[in-house]
Amino acid sequence: MCTPLKVPLAMLLALWLSAPLAAFGLDIPIGYIQWVPDQGPVLSNVTPEPEDAGLRGAELAIEDNNTTGRFLEHHYALTSRVVDSEDQAQEALEQMLDEGITLFVLRVPADTLGSMAEKTAGEALLFNAGAKDDALRISTCHPHVVHTQPSYAMLTDGLAQWLNLRRWKQVFLITGPTDSDTAWAEAFRRSTRRFGVEIVTDKPWTFDADLRRTASQELPLFTQADDYDAVVVADVRGDFGEYVPFNTWLPRPVVGTQGMSPVAWHRVIESWGAAQLQNRFRELAGRHMNGNDYAAWAGVRSVGTAVTQLDAADAGPIRDFLFSDDFQLAAFKGRKLSYRPWNGQLRQPIPLVHPQGLVATAPFEGFLHPVTDLDSLGYDEAESDCRINS
Amino acid sequence: MKNILRATALVALFGLSAPALASLAYVSNEKDNSISVIDIDSLEVVETIPVGQRPRGILLSKDHTKLYICASDDDTVQIMDLETRQIVDTLPSGEDPEQFALHPNDRWLFIANEDDAIVTVVDVATKEVLAQIDVGVEPEGMAVSPDGKWAVNTSETSSMLHWIDTESFEIKKNMVVGQRPRHVEFSQDGKIAWASAEIGGTVHIIDVDELEEIQTLDFKIRGVNQDKVQPVGIELTSDGRYAFVALGPANHVAVVDAQSYEVLDYLLVGRRVWQLELTEDESQLLTTNGVSGDVSVIDVDSLKVTKSIEVGRYPWGVVVAP
Repeated sequence: MCTPLKVPLAMLLALWLSAPLAAFGLDIPIGYIQWVPDQGPVLSNVTPEPEDAGLRGAELAIEDNNTTGRFLEHHYALTSRVVDSEDQAQEALEQMLDEGITLFVLRVPADTLGSMAEKTAGEALLFNAGAKDDALRISTCHPHVVHTQPSYAMLTDGLAQWLNLRRWKQVFLITGPTDSDTAWAEAFRRSTRRFGVEIVTDKPWTFDADLRRTASQELPLFTQADDYDAVVVADVRGDFGEYVPFNTWLPRPVVGTQGMSPVAWHRVIESWGAAQLQNRFRELAGRHMNGNDYAAWAGVRSVGTAVTQLDAADAGPIRDFLFSDDFQLAAFKGRKLSYRPWNGQLRQPIPLVHPQGLVATAPFEGFLHPVTDLDSLGYDEAESDCRINS
Repeated sequence: MKNILRATALVALFGLSAPALASLAYVSNEKDNSISVIDIDSLEVVETIPVGQRPRGILLSKDHTKLYICASDDDTVQIMDLETRQIVDTLPSGEDPEQFALHPNDRWLFIANEDDAIVTVVDVATKEVLAQIDVGVEPEGMAVSPDGKWAVNTSETSSMLHWIDTESFEIKKNMVVGQRPRHVEFSQDGKIAWASAEIGGTVHIIDVDELEEIQTLDFKIRGVNQDKVQPVGIELTSDGRYAFVALGPANHVAVVDAQSYEVLDYLLVGRRVWQLELTEDESQLLTTNGVSGDVSVIDVDSLKVTKSIEVGRYPWGVVVAP
């Protein structure tokens, strides 16, 4: 008779079960590599991103996969490396390839991802759970790279749909100095053209004072303009953006990377069974789950979903299954998720959140699309040069 | 407010129940920590009873004197005496109980512990935990076959049905079905099991003797995005004529011919319809609509939605006591 099984005992049991069964079971090794370049000092350092963001999501998904796998004699194992440089990341990849791993979840910059893709062409399947760069979805695609991380364009399209819906159509855009800020702002500018939003003022952020002392003096002056419905902030690393709300010249809401933000995931999401995912994650990691954790989780769970159906662990068949009609990822966003066949991007709703609550979830009713309304977010097939399945 | 409700309830009870005891429906309100009591004759809420945190699955003892309530965030199953409408006892339930099913012996309660990937079996008479059975990720739906032989659990993230032998409390078969299976319902004769898959958008018809799927149903509603067609609750009429399937955010209940498995109609109800329950005489079907916070009433004869009844926030489960 079973006794109450807590995690360590359950794991022991799993080991005990897997030992004699290993000959008949299926082993599915997955590699996880994380390299996040130093973001530099930021003014708002109150809530830094956890250093294991991404890794913990992958770990949780391995647990989820194994809980399912124990009934099918599927054994998932994660080999993970969190490294400090591009070289170390490449080295980790080579090591894992040598060990025979062919399934990877990566949280690395776009350039690193590109060279990793070239190195693994034809022999592995890579899940991009880090880089949001739109170029990876419209020009520099690889047949064996799929993206669980939403692109900048998907995020800003979700936001622009909301601005249109609320009739906050004239906005004041503030863009920070980093490459990521520029990429976010560029994506947002495209979104405004798609969804009928007008940028009435477009200003780069140039201050370098510590705003904890001077926010109330600096920002009202900076945001002086005739009129606007909302202020949009592009400050990806969280440098100055937290000081914009309530300090604008006109009493207007702040949206973008701060204020109300389009995200892949956030702790305030609880519908559609998400409360259970959040609980499981908190129990594992001792903190809240964020967008990078979610993207890594979705990558490992995509593998699990495919292996459960295929009863095979080879990168090629798994990759093909991801693009078949039979693949559907249940991922706590209220509907099944699938991969776009032209560029391998995981279609997904984009929640709009503020730090303490969920505001809404894009896409919104009325933004129509001939295939699926999820494709109203991000670069559509006709806008992308990628054709990774033809 | 509560006193006013109580007073109203008393008036309603004495006023209406004098000739014959009215049949009552109990609805768990997940985000209000309460149970709404609906008088089936008047179709009005006659009392709202505070209970434990995040009440979801509810069911009646076989003699209809007790209501068992999964108080998910209190990690317990509460027992309400329906005469006094007081919580009189609690059962050890394991963590985060969501749904449960009572064995025909009226003693073994099979509880899905959603956060722990476990099914807990409790003897309600002795409060003893008889077994804890490892299942897939996020166990949700629970059903026991009419002959008591099988307990079936759905695990949402593993997308499986686990068939538990109730003599040995061991899993005898795992069936992979559509994504996010939510609910299992046995036909009156126990020969067929119906299982819904929320994200898969399907209902799986299973031959219980063979333990094999014999048919998969899917649903298409004009003008509703296919991704929003998410089957959850299932209710079968005892004459084997209809199966009703709640389609979640599609805001419709599908009417299925339970013999030919043909979808006959879609009925528009409240928003995000979750669970279903027939009244005792099976003339009316009640639906809990999570997002709109109400219960829709469907007339089974005419297959028309006749009324919506405002209850608490996020109504989840519903049972009817004769």
